[in-house]
Parts: sequence; C-alpha cells; structure tokens
Amino acid sequence: MNAPELSSEEIRRYGRHLIMPEVGMDGQKKLKAASVLLIGAGGLGSPLGLYLAAAGVGRIGIVDFDVVDYSNLQRQIIHSTKDVGRPKLASAKERIEGLNPFVKVETYEMHLNSGNALELFSKYDVVVDGTDNFPTRYLVNDACVLTGKPNVYGSIFRFEGQASVFATKDGPCYRCLYPEPPPPGLVPSCAEGGVLGILPGIIGTIQANETVKLIIGRGEPLIGRLLLFDAMKMKFRELKLRRNPDCPVCGEHRTITGLIDYEAFCGVQPGWDAYAREQQYEISVDDLKKRLDNKEDLFILDVREPQEYQICNLNGYLIPLRDLPKRINELDTAKEIIVHCKVGGRSRQAVEFMKQAGFRKIKNLVGGIDEWAERIDPAMPRY
Amino acid sequence: MIPTPLRQFTNNSDSVSVEGQSVGQALNNLCSLHAPLRRHLYADDGKLRSFVNVYVNDEDIRYLQKEATAISDKDVVSIIPSIAGGLE
Repeated sequence: MNAPELSSEEIRRYGRHLIMPEVGMDGQKKLKAASVLLIGAGGLGSPLGLYLAAAGVGRIGIVDFDVVDYSNLQRQIIHSTKDVGRPKLASAKERIEGLNPFVKVETYEMHLNSGNALELFSKYDVVVDGTDNFPTRYLVNDACVLTGKPNVYGSIFRFEGQASVFATKDGPCYRCLYPEPPPPGLVPSCAEGGVLGILPGIIGTIQANETVKLIIGRGEPLIGRLLLFDAMKMKFRELKLRRNPDCPVCGEHRTITGLIDYEAFCGVQPGWDAYAREQQYEISVDDLKKRLDNKEDLFILDVREPQEYQICNLNGYLIPLRDLPKRINELDTAKEIIVHCKVGGRSRQAVEFMKQAGFRKIKNLVGGIDEWAERIDPAMPRY
Repeated sequence: MIPTPLRQFTNNSDSVSVEGQSVGQALNNLCSLHAPLRRHLYADDGKLRSFVNVYVNDEDIRYLQKEATAISDKDVVSIIPSIAGGLE
C-alpha cells in the first residue's frame, strides 16, 4: 500500500512520535495506513482502543455485542457513567472519535463465530484478542492462523495477566501453547473470579504497545515469549514459547484447515473423563461465599438429616438425601441449586440423582458445610 | 509456583517447596502434600493434562525431557494454566 501523507494537523498531533527515529515520519505513515481489529470493547479493549487511536492507527474495527453495565466502569475506561445501558460499540466509537478524529472506526455488533471470522479478519492487518472466554480465544487464534494475521494476545484473571504475540509467520500460535482448553468450570471467568480493575489497563496497554511495534516493524515483538504479570507482587516473568511441530492448526501435519465448532470444542465432551464432566457440577466454598456476597440468586439445598441441620446450617432448604426421590418435585430445575451435606459425599450422590432427573444447573459444594466452617465461618459449630 | 486457580488446593499459597530429582517427582510430592491437586494436574491415565503447562525456569518441559526433566535446588517449577479473561 502507498503510504498516505500526513496533514499539517496530523504532524502537530503526532510530533512526539515524529521526532523519535524509531517511529519518525515513515512509522507514523505506516500507522496511518494500518488497520487493527479489536475483539471486544471491554477491559482490554478499552486501553487498546484509546491508545491505538491516540497513536494514529488509521482504521480500527471493533467487534462487540454487549451494552455498558454499571459494574464495567471499574475497569472499562473507554465507557463513562452516562453510557450505562448503551451499546459498548456506540460509546467506544464516540470516545475514540473524540480523541482522534483522524481514525476511522468500524463497528461490528455481532457474536464473532466460525461463519463470519475469516472474512472479517481478512480486512485487517492485525487482530487483537481481548475476549473473555475460551471458545472465542480458540476461534480468534485459528482464524488468525488461517488468514495469516498476527494475533496480539492478552488475558487476565484476578490479579494475574498474560500477553504474547501469536500466529506470526514463523512464531507459535495459541494452540502451540495450549492444544486444548480446560474443562468448563475449572477456570472461573472474571465475572465469577473477579479482576483487579487496573490489570486490564496494564495488559491492554502491553497489547497496544506490541500492536504498534508490529505495524512500524521496530523493536523486539513478544513473539515466542509468554509474558506473565503479577500485580500483587509487581513482577513480570517471561517464558519461552516454541512453535509446536505437532500443532493441529499451524504444525507440519495440520488437521484443522477451516474453522470448527468452538462451543463444542470447549464444552463438555463425551470423550472426556469423569473429572472434566464433574467440573461443571462443583463449586468451592470460596466461590460460593463470593457469589452469595454478590447477592446472586442461588438456591441452597441441604441434604443432611434434620438433627444435623439444627447444629449448623447455611439457611438451606432441607431435604435429607433419602427423601430426595420422593420430594424432588419441590425443586425448580430453572434455578441454580447448590447442594451440600457435611463433607460432600451425600451431596455428590444427590447431584448425580438430580442430573438423571434432568437438573442441569446444580453444583455440589466441595467439602460441604464442614469446609465452610473451617474456611469461611470459624464461628460455626463443627461436628 | 502455583497459579491462582489452583491455590484453593494449596491453602492459598502461591509457591510451595517440594523435594524431587525430576519434575515428575516434584509434582508427585506436591500432590502428596495437597491431594486434591492431583486430579487437576493429571488425567486418569496418569498423564499431565493438556491444558496444564509445566515450566522449569523459563523452559517448557515438553521441549526438555518432559516429566523426567532433572531439577536441582535452585530451579523453579511453574504450573501455567490457560486463563481466558479480558472482556468482562
């Protein structure tokens, strides 16, 4: 592509770039000619959108389908309080255009899926992954490999972050690092596990930095390296990543040559062992505490005996295990039900029984009320 | 080094000191100390799960001698699971 000229206004705006030899007029023109697709306008997408726009990336595409929620404002700084209830795309576009009117913002209000990803990715130079779930991570990775676009990766959990650059010509891809996703439920999402609000700011700006370096072709990009960040310890670590010759999507004998069904790939599969299937039916006392503190609508089912209930309880609905078959119609399949007993054995049996009865939104409290008394509420009597 | 999602099994410790001449021995000793960890790290056939990566210092054991990789006192063995968060 022919490098576009910069107007005198743009020269004034980008002056601090232009006087650096590493960027200069050539680099700034490359930025203006470049296009970047952001997957998600949330925690990572916020600093990405703002810094890439400020840096002068010519065309920024954003894929999102969510609306701004009050609880997003703790970290998603591209949105303002007045934007609550608006589509994230609308507020992100407005904010970017306010920051830099020389940027063309293209918005895609849709779920990225196997049917639309390849065509969309082919219109951009770099794809930046700011998603919050495994199906979309694998979809973004595979679509980047298949279209030959670099995937600037960032991921966050509580106070830890990861970043890397995947799917460059000779570098590894996300599947080289993790061939398969963990079973659902093992790794909680930020909605469940929480996230330090500043963390996406740090990881997102690292992604923005790597994106700009890829575009101007300077520096040492984060290819073949996984950067780990711990906000509590304020430590960065770096691990070596290698291209896996057996990688199913970028390896020598690739088996994935088109996009697949990523929900199924990341879901619970029949071939998985009991462990994987159990994951979605379990909850730890810590997670239960958090969800109760968040005032989530959970139905607690206590399957112990009445005399045990008298000693201590979680205000649950009492149906002793042996009575469950004849009283199961007292329970609502639509509600999320947390089942517990003393240490987790009887409640596991109850969950098995309820699964067969058609219940799906049920979780066994691992360790039972005894674990709760030990870890969460030391004042609770134990027996 | 224990990753955040697995710390619930190690009394919330982010690192645990264990003995072992090899990565496999060290992980095995770790699982003996914290039994519930085992099924999160290993499949029923005794193999490390594919979404759990193990590093000795900055090197992936898949490109060393896997679980037979020799280690000494100074080495740091890290368990690095995949995390997904970003948007929400």
